[in-house]
Amino acid sequence: MGGNSDMKLIDENGIRIDGRKVDELRPMKIEAGVLKSADGSAYVEIGKNKVLAAVYGPRECHPRHMQNPAKAIVQCKYNMISFSVSDRKRPGPDRRSVEISKLISEAMEYVVFTENYPRTSIDVYIEVLQANAGTRCAGLVAAAVALADAGIPMKDLVPAVAVGKVNDQVVLDLNKEEDNYGQADLPIAMIPRTGEVLLMQMDGHLTQAEFDQALEMGVRACHEIYALQKDALRRRYAIVNGEAEEEPKEPAEDVIEEA
Amino acid sequence: MNNESMTRELVLPGDLLDDGTMKPGEGTFVSDGKIFAAMLGIKSVKSNFVNVIPLGGRYIPAPGDMIIGKVIDIGPSNWLVDIFSPYPAPLHVNEVPWRVEFGDTARYLSVGDTLLAKVLSVDETKRVQVTMKEQGLRKLQGGQIVEISHSKVPRVIGKNGSMIQMIKTYTNCRIFIGQNGRIWMDGNMEDMVHAMQAIKMIDEGAQTLKLTERVKEFLESVYRKEE
Repeated sequence: MGGNSDMKLIDENGIRIDGRKVDELRPMKIEAGVLKSADGSAYVEIGKNKVLAAVYGPRECHPRHMQNPAKAIVQCKYNMISFSVSDRKRPGPDRRSVEISKLISEAMEYVVFTENYPRTSIDVYIEVLQANAGTRCAGLVAAAVALADAGIPMKDLVPAVAVGKVNDQVVLDLNKEEDNYGQADLPIAMIPRTGEVLLMQMDGHLTQAEFDQALEMGVRACHEIYALQKDALRRRYAIVNGEAEEEPKEPAEDVIEEA
Repeated sequence: MNNESMTRELVLPGDLLDDGTMKPGEGTFVSDGKIFAAMLGIKSVKSNFVNVIPLGGRYIPAPGDMIIGKVIDIGPSNWLVDIFSPYPAPLHVNEVPWRVEFGDTARYLSVGDTLLAKVLSVDETKRVQVTMKEQGLRKLQGGQIVEISHSKVPRVIGKNGSMIQMIKTYTNCRIFIGQNGRIWMDGNMEDMVHAMQAIKMIDEGAQTLKLTERVKEFLESVYRKEE
């Protein structure tokens, strides 16, 4: 957050440095089920961001004292790979990634029906392969798709987007330059159907009017991303749609058979 | 059967299934009086209940399920059995068909043994108990194990056991299918390879059209070559 920077990030026609309008998302690509060994996975590209998410579980919770006898726990691990940023990032967890991991875990824990799987843990691993502002949102988008791909029961998919303030204007989906030299950054994650907000942070300052405008912009963008998430899952399971055979429902005693 | 139950529609978590005329079944949840899908799967309507048939996910034990387990630990009066689920299941000495002295458990079943068992009980915190005290339940000697998703077990069995019967006739293997997605088979080495390939085929193409025909074609082609 550079505060009052004299850098010109939006021109007279309201076009940003990467050619987008103020309320335009970066080009986005979502793919579900990209990894074979994980129970569920997703790959997300948002502009120059590249994020991979993998889900394992529900499985036996490993440090036994963390088990909850009433519900499953959701453990997310957000990690930036050393080559994800221009200066080599020192590998390993740091203050920032621990914070983001906690934030995403709590957001996902709210949407997953954790009470279905007592004493287990659902582990989500988010790896940022390339970062260009907005990786926590990209990570959340990927994590939600990966959880659905793993067949885990949840209330809804979770879209997320960052809104910010650049050159005194509210803009959607900040890129690296806008994030570094802009005036505010407001990541939002929500359940589109109910409008419940699962994550919201604010860096910098927004007036009440600007905040309302930003929120409205973010909600609209979340619905767009939500459609892309659904589309990714539909594509992954496309063979299923329309051409499946009838479900054979056999009596239980037929399950074990011997020749 | 009514028309509704024949439609096969892919649903995603959060998709609206019904606005309140039907009853919520498995894999669904209710919000504001409407029924939504809780997981990725196929929508199915049965006797006024909307269900979502999952396409993946882990096996969650239910009482009465026949399962294939692996012994992973031995205690003085019980064995711990891995049942291919998030929950390990203890098998108590009282639940085996033999008379076992206290501390003598290792003589009957050792770590790595495979057994055919039945889920005896599952409590609210998902503590599972399994039993072998029923006809047909026993330790499985030799053979091989294949693991598939539990949601595909009905496909491997097929309508009235048609699929599995076909694999058995072609390959001449003895096959057991556990509800937990573990399949045990025994037979000639080559036959087992073919049976395994057929099962892999079903696992991968579980939701595709004319699966039985394709598996039949595959089996016919490999056995024609050998003759």
